[in-house]
Amino acid sequence: MAHSLRGRTAIVGAADTDVGVIKHMGATQLCIEAILRALGDAGISKDEIDGLVTCNSMAEPYLYHAETVAEYLQIFPKYCVSVGAGGGTTFTALHQAASAIESGICHTVVIAMADSLRSGMSREKALAMQSSTGHPQFERPYGLPVPAYYALIAQAHMHEYGTTPEHLAAVAVATRQHAMRNPNAQMRTPITIEDVLSSRLIADPLHLLDCSLVSDGGAAVVLTSRERARDFRRRPVYLLGVGEGHGHEHISAARSLTTSAAVEAGQRAYAMAGVGPHDIDFAQLYDCFTPVVLIELEDLGFCAKGEAGPFVAAGHTAPGGSFPVNTHGGLLSHTHPGNPGSMFALTETVLQLRGDAGERQLDKAGIALVHAQGGIMSSHCSIILGREDAA
Amino acid sequence: MSDIPAKAAPVPSPETAGYWAGAKRHELMIQQCNSCGRHQFYPRVLCTSCSSRMVTWVRASGQATVTSYTVVRRPVSEAYAPDVPYVVALVALKEGPTMMTHVVGIDPEDVRIGLSVEVAFQDWTEAVSVPVFRPVG
Repeated sequence: MAHSLRGRTAIVGAADTDVGVIKHMGATQLCIEAILRALGDAGISKDEIDGLVTCNSMAEPYLYHAETVAEYLQIFPKYCVSVGAGGGTTFTALHQAASAIESGICHTVVIAMADSLRSGMSREKALAMQSSTGHPQFERPYGLPVPAYYALIAQAHMHEYGTTPEHLAAVAVATRQHAMRNPNAQMRTPITIEDVLSSRLIADPLHLLDCSLVSDGGAAVVLTSRERARDFRRRPVYLLGVGEGHGHEHISAARSLTTSAAVEAGQRAYAMAGVGPHDIDFAQLYDCFTPVVLIELEDLGFCAKGEAGPFVAAGHTAPGGSFPVNTHGGLLSHTHPGNPGSMFALTETVLQLRGDAGERQLDKAGIALVHAQGGIMSSHCSIILGREDAA
Repeated sequence: MSDIPAKAAPVPSPETAGYWAGAKRHELMIQQCNSCGRHQFYPRVLCTSCSSRMVTWVRASGQATVTSYTVVRRPVSEAYAPDVPYVVALVALKEGPTMMTHVVGIDPEDVRIGLSVEVAFQDWTEAVSVPVFRPVG
């Protein structure tokens, strides 16, 4: 049997910075703030960190970002790396950190990510970021804003399975309902299907409210070995399974528009954890645009292919539904500072599994799946987390 | 036409030069493997099907089918603003490969998945022409 990371590491600290429009802090400062808060949650000092994983910031990029953060804190880790896989970066980073701990390179890794896409970007930087998506020769000349790449996926799903704009809108509405229960979420005003459909059309069939936010913020978690996890003051949240899938970089080179490498990522994570989709109590699924959630629900085995639209429209993923998704409000309504975006899905999952999620605490929160993708449905990583009784 | 050069014009690399030179002549050039016969796009140094490095340029028929599309209402930059609303599509060439393109010569509201299209070319500058597709007939 292949060597497995199942239950070998646990998250013992997790924290978010303030999110939304944070004008008084730069991106590096937000990253440091996230680390300090996560260390405070874990109850350890910075000198106990011997591994550091970050992702670069767009607002304040450094050639060697993790080294810069270590230098700023004056810590001297044994393992120090910046990961870059778009929105998939967060869980790829966790995968690498768990592997580093299991191989004995280090014992206590901080994974920290932050950016200031809302307040820290000059017009030039923002334009460069917007137009840097796509193949430079075979896609970019055709002038796609980022939503248009995902619109191509949505149209194909609608054509193949009968998914409707109302189904897409239902994702935004359910996610907003979760955000309304989270005092930290950026967008807490209730919305309806009609609100989504009457918001500005960006790239057919995606309306403004099918698109995620642009925000400032960061988050960090502390990961350590199973052996050490019990010495921390928080209830450990165990990494039960992790799997990646990498299908393409450019959407014009995708094997399929409607089935993604989330299939492989999920299968690998389930196999490691020894569980299946029916064992998962709730999920946090990458929601940069509404159609992504539908494809992830299907590709990760929570719905049959083509059935995610009706599943969401029936309220299953909303608060009180049979399968809550994005309980913090997701990238659509909680916050989305770019590549760090899924860190908030991770910290929310830790809170839920510990029982610390306050008024939005789920009744059944023993085992969860979090999934992120980067690029245009390109790089996928699924993580399965559970409480001690599941590990 | 003064806005055209500000668009994201392709900069050919050694392995794509044949494609862009073809576009300049208004010919859609793709690769075919001499070993297994499969066509591919974008240009590469190996056949991704059989790993042979014996890939050569052939002129594609230019016949294709729309496999997905969107109507862009909010342009990526000012250079594309005069074109709004414009259709970005993925088309499957008769020879097999898929490519991204514009669909032109049709009301954007009338574009559908499955639409039969054929290649045409937009001359952006003296050096650059870009393949687009229009409805057949």
